[in-house]
Amino acid sequence: MPHRKSLGLVWRRIPQRYRLMGTKCFTCGSHFFPPRPWCPKCRRKGKIEKHKMKGRGKIHSYTIVNVPQQGFDLEVPYILAIIELLEGPKLTAEITNTEPEHVSIGMPVKMVFRKISEDGDSGIIHYGYKFEPELKE
Amino acid sequence: MEKVAIIGIGQTKFGEHWKYSLRDLMAEAGKKAVDDCGIAGKEIQAIYGGTMSAGRMIGQEHIGALIADAMGLTPIPSTRVENACASGGTALREAYLAVSGGHYDMVVAGGVEKMTDVYTDQASLALGGAADQEWEVFFGATFPSLYALIAKRHMYEYGTTEEQLARVAVKNHHNGALNPLAQFPFEVSIEQVMESPKVAEPLKLLDCSPITDGAAAVILANEETAKKIADTPVWINGSGQASDTLALHDRTNICTLNASVVAGKKAMKQAGVTPKQIDLAEVHDCFTIAEICAIEDLGFVKKGEGGKSMEDGMFDLNSSISINPSGGLKACGHPVGATGVKQAVEIAEHLRGEAGKRQVENVEIALTHNVGGSGASCVVHVFSRGGN
Ligand SMILES: [Zn+2]
Repeated sequence: MPHRKSLGLVWRRIPQRYRLMGTKCFTCGSHFFPPRPWCPKCRRKGKIEKHKMKGRGKIHSYTIVNVPQQGFDLEVPYILAIIELLEGPKLTAEITNTEPEHVSIGMPVKMVFRKISEDGDSGIIHYGYKFEPELKE
Repeated sequence: MEKVAIIGIGQTKFGEHWKYSLRDLMAEAGKKAVDDCGIAGKEIQAIYGGTMSAGRMIGQEHIGALIADAMGLTPIPSTRVENACASGGTALREAYLAVSGGHYDMVVAGGVEKMTDVYTDQASLALGGAADQEWEVFFGATFPSLYALIAKRHMYEYGTTEEQLARVAVKNHHNGALNPLAQFPFEVSIEQVMESPKVAEPLKLLDCSPITDGAAAVILANEETAKKIADTPVWINGSGQASDTLALHDRTNICTLNASVVAGKKAMKQAGVTPKQIDLAEVHDCFTIAEICAIEDLGFVKKGEGGKSMEDGMFDLNSSISINPSGGLKACGHPVGATGVKQAVEIAEHLRGEAGKRQVENVEIALTHNVGGSGASCVVHVFSRGGN
């Protein structure tokens, strides 16, 4: 059986997956995405507040996925990358609106809101962030 | 702290065992280990069993009790240990800690995985459970793709090549061809690796370890007990374990598995050895890039020099350090929960001089390195013959 995702599991991550809502520690200036409820550097002295990431960054590493996981079958091959956001945190996301041969490490990218996958059994469609090249060729 | 030795070892053939269940495999490895040290079995006081995903693979949880039952060792305490692909190594460490802490005289560390009862996509999905479900897998990450991200960055930062990665597979298949218990006991060429189907670029099918059924078991005892029973006890001189962020992207440097660095340093410090003194190591080559990272993170070569030194043959059988004489996860196979225990079985065979055609000559000090996920868990052990 695939790992089916209940509505609760999907709903609780909407602010992060739709809007890149993270946190910032106003004591040391560190940004956290996914959000951390406390700052590992400052601990008790940390002052954590919600902070929306700008959605801009650059590619730290990438791969072309030829053997996908379930729910992603229609999109093979797809480009998966680790993106370093301007604010510092890194995340994993698909690169869209380009071809593998145009992707490189260090390339500037920006967030777009997209359909991510489908649960075949439940029919739930999952949405979230992907990234596309900042400068279209 | 009590000194701890391996006094009995057992391993099944690794491969697709359509005829045998998880219970059958564990029973076989356990019986071999008990027979190997010539005990009756009732001397054993506790069991630590590593398995990653029996629930997803065969619908069976409660593997601790199942192992005690399969080995005919009830009513002794039996506990399942889970740390993804490092489950076996962690079970070994828990068993080691229990004996070295003086709680037991003799225990079993076992590891088992039955992966071919489900189709490959289901097995892959279960293995994906070692990654971060919310922040990696949700966005399309597969297990090979995470190691591909490491490989791509390693190539970018250090000039590592796809041919150098392929060289890991070539070496491990060469060793595996000498191992009667290996899943793929045959040689492959650089060209075969390079031309195999792409999985997650730059990784190809022959850069990846397979889906495997298998089990392994070792019997550990304190010094007093070991000296009574074993002719050649294999001493565990150091044990280290460390953790890291679950998601690969949360690490400062994705080419360094910090858990490997920390666990390796702890184990080698306890054993009082340096990386240069290691004669043989079984490292976690779930993908070819993982072996390159392992030899760097354990300090055998500097960061970034792994690919070049692999190409130069530095880690071939009976070279400066023999790495993965068993064939590694790549050629011997990777029944996830069994792997960390199998590594100890392999080391013991070499230290006893019983490794047959693949015997590494003049082995004094050996090391095992077992990784969970993309590096969020790591367990390292250092072994010797003859003791401290
Ligand atoms: Zn702070």
